[in-house]
Amino acid sequence: MPTLEIENLSVSYGAVHALSDVSFTAAEGEVTAVLGANGAGKTTLLRTISGLVHPRKGTIRYGGEHLEKMSVEKIVRHGIAHVPEGRSVIEEMTVDENLRLGSLWRFGRRERGAVIDEIYELFPPLDERRRQHANTLSGGERQMLAIGRALVARPNVLLLDEPSLGLAPIVTARLMAVLRDLTASSNLVVVLVEQNARSSLSIAQRALVINLGRVVVCDDAATVASDTELRHHYLGY
Amino acid sequence: MGAFRRSAQALTAKSWFRLPRQPMLRHLSFAAVAVVGLYFLTQWLSAFNDYEVGEIAFYVIALAGLTVLTGINGQISLGHGGFMAVGAFTYALLVEHTTWNLVPELLVVVAITAVSGLVIGIPATRLHGPYLAGMTLMVALGLPYLTNQYNTVFGGDQGLNTPAPTGPASVNPTEWLTWIQLAGAVIVLVLLGNLMRSRFGRSFRAVRDDEIAASLAGIHVARTKIIAFMVSAGCAGLAGAFLALSAGGVNSAEFPLALSIYILAGVVLGGTGSLMGVWWGAIIIVYLPTQWSQSLASDFHANALVSANLAVIIFGLVLVVTMLVAPGGIQGGLRWVVAKGAAYLSSGGVSNMTLSLQESTDPPVSDGESVTTIKK
Amino acid sequence: MQFFLDITLGGIATGMIVSAVALGLVLVFRATNVVNFAQGAMAMITTYIAYDVLRKGADYWLAFAVALAAGLVFGALTQVVLIRPVQGKSPLNAIIVTFGFLIFLEGVAGAIYGSTARNYPAPFSLSGQKLAGTQIAFSPFDVFVVVSVLVLMVLMLVLFRGTDLGLRMRAVAFAPEAARLLGVRVRPLLTLGWGLAVAAGAMAALLVVPTSSLTPNFMDVILIYGFTAAVVGGLDSPIGALVGGLVTGLSLAYVGGYLGGSLEPMAALALVVVSLMIRPEGIFARPAARRV
Repeated sequence: MPTLEIENLSVSYGAVHALSDVSFTAAEGEVTAVLGANGAGKTTLLRTISGLVHPRKGTIRYGGEHLEKMSVEKIVRHGIAHVPEGRSVIEEMTVDENLRLGSLWRFGRRERGAVIDEIYELFPPLDERRRQHANTLSGGERQMLAIGRALVARPNVLLLDEPSLGLAPIVTARLMAVLRDLTASSNLVVVLVEQNARSSLSIAQRALVINLGRVVVCDDAATVASDTELRHHYLGY
Repeated sequence: MGAFRRSAQALTAKSWFRLPRQPMLRHLSFAAVAVVGLYFLTQWLSAFNDYEVGEIAFYVIALAGLTVLTGINGQISLGHGGFMAVGAFTYALLVEHTTWNLVPELLVVVAITAVSGLVIGIPATRLHGPYLAGMTLMVALGLPYLTNQYNTVFGGDQGLNTPAPTGPASVNPTEWLTWIQLAGAVIVLVLLGNLMRSRFGRSFRAVRDDEIAASLAGIHVARTKIIAFMVSAGCAGLAGAFLALSAGGVNSAEFPLALSIYILAGVVLGGTGSLMGVWWGAIIIVYLPTQWSQSLASDFHANALVSANLAVIIFGLVLVVTMLVAPGGIQGGLRWVVAKGAAYLSSGGVSNMTLSLQESTDPPVSDGESVTTIKK
Repeated sequence: MQFFLDITLGGIATGMIVSAVALGLVLVFRATNVVNFAQGAMAMITTYIAYDVLRKGADYWLAFAVALAAGLVFGALTQVVLIRPVQGKSPLNAIIVTFGFLIFLEGVAGAIYGSTARNYPAPFSLSGQKLAGTQIAFSPFDVFVVVSVLVLMVLMLVLFRGTDLGLRMRAVAFAPEAARLLGVRVRPLLTLGWGLAVAAGAMAALLVVPTSSLTPNFMDVILIYGFTAAVVGGLDSPIGALVGGLVTGLSLAYVGGYLGGSLEPMAALALVVVSLMIRPEGIFARPAARRV
């Protein structure tokens, strides 16, 4: 599976420049952490990759194709899955229905059962709650459902926007462990946006720090994690 | 604490006592010029056209009220004809049962219609978007039934009489009435213009743009919305009274749903939120259903059915097409032309022409994405 | 007592029709967050189309099918041409567009057909039946009304809960952005939602028209009552449409029967106001659907 290449990406909302000249590469089998303060442009970055927002300038390439002008539907069918910020599960539907929804575009009726069962294996708490409505789930379970739903269609690229938001540290730790294992075993390209730098750096191979829409650091995760000055300045710890 | 008291005073006191001089002087000088111009206009026109100018004048009043409510305060009313009916019937009842002069009667009409605005405005504070629209629609549809039910008071099918006021002997009564109506229109526009520039106007806009932010800034949202309803209802009431005077009588057949539609279309076409744009809307309301559609119908040799319905068809089309193509209406279009011709646009700066009915200034998002969630 | 019973039965029949209209409004609102004020007028147009089909000698059921099909197509076209451009902008835009469309359609119908009332036949007898020796004000046609609305509701339920298409439509209605990110093609589904909603309205109109008569404005009050029902039941709940419809139908029947027919629109207004003061989101609305 190829790499995700972002070059000179610039995105504006009217007069506001959300992203300016962002460039980086995310390789398969690797977690690339995207860090920075609130409002730095991290969410905009993911929304641009998945096609919800179109950039003013710049390119997004994956597998030789240019994604920056494609519709969301087409981008998804190229194997890009985006788990947005917040518990984006559909509360009025059951766990099973949420997962089934994720499988619809790719799998026919016969295969669906099998791929959904894989997700239940990955996240056992969901298995116990198949028929429950999503609004009865805890925060951690909802995040599992959101991620599981994105994984059902067996994507190649997984974009995660602040999955640990509002979760207890122990739940976050478990989630990160699952992500780390999954990335390696399925050779996924994972772009992980997080404000909780510590937990994401612990599983990432590469790290990107964004400040006011610009990339200020792009390096190995270990290097970023050990640079205390940088951590103080941009990451707050 | 002091700030709270001051803002409370500002909201309850008549705004023009607290205004800085400049906007008032500016508006008054415009008004003076307009009055002189209009005087000469009425001298030129024959009696028949005087009547139409008078109609334009009172529609201006009704449209101005609605444009303030919908464009500046963001509350949509599909039933403003109902308030005109309230004003007209109130005036007729006053004429029938009292011997007061015109001005006190008109003031009472405005007051009573404003109270009806209060009655509708209170439940309206809880509603937004389509719920509010639906509720106002129901008011407009239900009112004729109400007047029919109590037809002894309201004169039943024949309605009540409202003879035109007599002016000085040297002046033709139609002309006199037209002057009164024009004077009313100018006064209302000046007052509303000042109101919109004042703290009131700012709070109207703040509530329209973001209620939560407005209330956090200390604005009493519900009170602002109710006041907006009362102001716009009062204007419609005055317009209704003038309509009664022009028509010589009043009955419920004069206030069908179509009237509310015409008023809304006039506001939208003129440019929602624009006090000057109401003139365009008023002109269209006066001339389109009668002369223009008739000449259009005869040009195309349309049969009787088509010509009877042409006005409604055109108004409906106007509403739809304006919203799709030019939500800013005529005034918005003019401003766009001027802005294009002017030096140069900062990105995003120009779109503040139309108030709530604006083109999206969001980023170039893929379609289907931003579906607004409507709160009740 | 007999009077009360008759009125109650009449209220139920009316209530079912109102539910069908409310269901159309709910469908459109859930899918596209727009209240289709032109719903009634569009149903009026499909009824005139059915009327023309009848005049050419077709039987009732063919005309029925034609009306529903016309509703499907009409709804879909309207969504594409009129609603897509204003989707996502201020809600006022969509309100004015649908309202303007309402007027436009009534004008066009008036221009083509005039305002003379026409008769539209009923497929079953309209007179009350004898049951256990007493005359009940519930005719075979009323039975047909209740059955067809129930069938409509069941079909909707099956569609939404039992099919993949329904799953997608629900997703688009509840969380359009999340649905897009899961590869759901949102636009065609919105169009389909509108098509189904107007078809439901077309059916409701056919249920109204035998006892009313066919004029350009005949659906105006029904639209208002449908709106009332949707507000009472919850604008995002199909079950709410049914319950709201029954509540509205019965209330109007009692007001009309005991206080006078002219007060019915005002009664509906009062119902809306009271409902909004007591429970703004409607009886059955799901709190999760409201996002601040």
